[in-house]
Amino acid sequence: MSALDDLAVKAGDDDVVAGVPARLVAAPATTEEAAALIAASRDLAVVIRGGGTKIHQGPPPRELDLIIDTRRLAGVVEHAAGDLITVVRAGTPMAELHGLPGQQLALDAPATATAGGTVAANASGPRRLRYGTARDLLIGITVVRPDGRITKSGGKVVKNVAGYDLGKLYTGSQGTLGLITECVFRLHPVPLFTLFVRAIAPPTHAANVLTAQSAASALEINAAPGAEPELAVLVEGTETGVRDRATALARLLNGEVTDTPPPWWDTPPWPATGDALALKLTGTLSGVPSLVSTAVEAGLTVRGSAGTGVLYAGAPVDPAATAHVVEVLRAVATVVGGHAVVLTAPPSVRGMIDMWGPVPGLDLMRRVKDRFDPDHRFAPGRFVGGI
Amino acid sequence: MTLLSRLQAELAPDQLITDRQRLRTYECDGLSHYRVVPALVVLPRTAAQVAAVVRACAEERVPFVARGSGTGLSGGALPHADGVLIVTSQLRDILEVRPADERAVVQPGVINLQVTQAATPHGYYYAPDPSSQQICSIGGNVAENSGGAHCLKYGFTTNHVTGLQVVTPDGDLVRLGGATPDTPGYDLLGAFVGSEGTLGVATEVTVKLTRLPETVRTLLAAFTGTDQAGAATSAIIAAGVVPAAIEMMDALSIEAAESAVSCGYPAGAGAVLIVELDGPAAEVAAQFDEVSRLCAENGAFETRVAADDTERQLIWRGRKSAFAAVGRISPDYIVQDGVIPRTALPTVLRRINEVAAEHGVRVANVFHAGDGNLHPLVLFDDDVPGEAERAETVSGAILDLCIEHGGSITGEHGVGVDKARYMPRMFTDDDLDTMQLVRCAFDPDGIANPGKVFPTPRLCGERPGHHRGAHPLQEAGVAEVF
Repeated sequence: MSALDDLAVKAGDDDVVAGVPARLVAAPATTEEAAALIAASRDLAVVIRGGGTKIHQGPPPRELDLIIDTRRLAGVVEHAAGDLITVVRAGTPMAELHGLPGQQLALDAPATATAGGTVAANASGPRRLRYGTARDLLIGITVVRPDGRITKSGGKVVKNVAGYDLGKLYTGSQGTLGLITECVFRLHPVPLFTLFVRAIAPPTHAANVLTAQSAASALEINAAPGAEPELAVLVEGTETGVRDRATALARLLNGEVTDTPPPWWDTPPWPATGDALALKLTGTLSGVPSLVSTAVEAGLTVRGSAGTGVLYAGAPVDPAATAHVVEVLRAVATVVGGHAVVLTAPPSVRGMIDMWGPVPGLDLMRRVKDRFDPDHRFAPGRFVGGI
Repeated sequence: MTLLSRLQAELAPDQLITDRQRLRTYECDGLSHYRVVPALVVLPRTAAQVAAVVRACAEERVPFVARGSGTGLSGGALPHADGVLIVTSQLRDILEVRPADERAVVQPGVINLQVTQAATPHGYYYAPDPSSQQICSIGGNVAENSGGAHCLKYGFTTNHVTGLQVVTPDGDLVRLGGATPDTPGYDLLGAFVGSEGTLGVATEVTVKLTRLPETVRTLLAAFTGTDQAGAATSAIIAAGVVPAAIEMMDALSIEAAESAVSCGYPAGAGAVLIVELDGPAAEVAAQFDEVSRLCAENGAFETRVAADDTERQLIWRGRKSAFAAVGRISPDYIVQDGVIPRTALPTVLRRINEVAAEHGVRVANVFHAGDGNLHPLVLFDDDVPGEAERAETVSGAILDLCIEHGGSITGEHGVGVDKARYMPRMFTDDDLDTMQLVRCAFDPDGIANPGKVFPTPRLCGERPGHHRGAHPLQEAGVAEVF
């Protein structure tokens, strides 16, 4: 009996990835078990699934035999409070990491998303302005390679330049280079006090927040067709300091200070079901206003980090219009030095558009994929350039 | 056509150095006990020239090594005897400063501090500041993922570089990342930064600029010993304060600094902490009170606050001169660079002193306490028979202590040629093999800075595992292992 025979069960009706049904599902509980499973499934096409919050984003897999579900591979292994680090298994729900005593993993992610999935998707939210993203907060990682070998990179200390920083390579690799089984994260203290500042203001006013001495932790924008655009700022720190800075910002933006975020804060601007188009748009800070206005003119709602130039846009769309909308947004994103990546699109058009768009260094990326996964078994066709 | 004649066709005569005496100028970087005279030195002025040189090297299968200002402390830019040394100091233009985008685009030979100087009039600066920031180059910072005192709060080079133009080891000019974050695809930029020149040569660097803080406050706290100073460090972090820097010096390094620059640190201090806080004025004021209280609670017998920039420079002068100052109290010394979890500081510092005493050498400790990055200076006299070897033993034992406590063999200086042999103590064969997968994707012939970072240079395609003797392909006369 191989680990595959031991662990894999017949897939159910929900075991589908972007419309492609799987044949088998396996849920290993340890890194070693995962390694044995992957070694035993050498001729199978594999997609990895964590909490499933982003499993349908991106192009569908070219083939799919086996879903490796990480949710049994869960739990906080270590929380070294004095060192501000935590070691967690990949399937640990982010909710568990949001509740570490006195400290936080400062990554915005849905409560049901997993730590490994958040890293694999390089997901981020409003607080990336202050704390960075998974790319910046991940300091060590354990991965099972497509050939079944267990491999580590980084470690448990923040400052470390020994060897290649492979944690960066795995971050955002969408499960195409192996199975992440354990992550070591840098933590931050939970801020003593927080306030929000909300204002009806055009995206051009975001620059005023950045140049003021506001030290904002997040600077978010919300813009929708037919509505006034809004800005919202998160301020964190000591009570006196936060009150001072929030008051100054409210004056600057002609807005109001509140205890709570606006209802749209850190929520996707597209409907959860139906034929929706969802995009991630990036651009230089000075390019944010043109990205926002183009998306709104195309009928999309835009939300995201005006302080880092990483936005999300979406709307229910007519499939016939999708390709054109993507083309227009991609053109503007390119002008402002960024990218327009299609996260979800109506199933009928997914095959007709390049969801990832043009990417620099694609040839090198193919060479990296060929070395890690020579048979192209892991998430085949889901990544840039058809990787 | 030989490699030299090819390069003569690409470069002006003053961009090629072949004279043996002039080549010797480049025989080492900041780690001067390794010396190799390169076969050839080139001084390209454009990215296209770098690409042409590398392409010629690739076609002739000649190794190449990139070098910036040569301030590296791990032998990362040590030349190859049969190779070309590509010196990037002529690529020294700041191409763009775009405060509205919080970005600057610079060539690799630009000096770190010059980026800050160019950004400051706009209200910004470049946050990663290695101690050598007045001389080190951005290209070298990218290669080594250099740190500095302010990494604790602001991160390292890798957190501040968003885009690179690089020449790959086959001579192609490729862009990785860009002006914006989250470029789709594999984060090859993240893999390249800190790869110590083994994945190619950076020819253009896009960096983040950081808003100058409203306020900076610096305090010096004197303790009777490192245990108390270490406890104060932990207490500050545990209280939720993230200072811009927390630096520690022990009695021996204070003594050295006093003898060199008369920094006037409190008499009788067995350890000092330098704590710097920056940010909005009200935040800094509140944190400053907290830090002062925690230092006092943990045994600080004197605390000094810099009243102005001059006093701030004075506090830092002792710290920044400590390395050079040690030369005044010891003929020779090894600068070690290891990292430990900061909670292990008291234990490890005690063990370092015990190991030093066992071997009859002295160790001065001056380091980045906030992130556990130790820089023990192992003092010795090369004229005393056996002392250099004992210092080397102590230096290695310190790295073992770092690994034993879950740390790293290097926090900012890099592995280079100096620590390649220690890599297997920290990583398994499979871990190292995985790094080689990336290396082989970029550099299948292994011509980019060979002999650095990895303990046993392997040819791509070789299976991982323990190996003895010559590589099979080398034995069969098929290939050279660099």
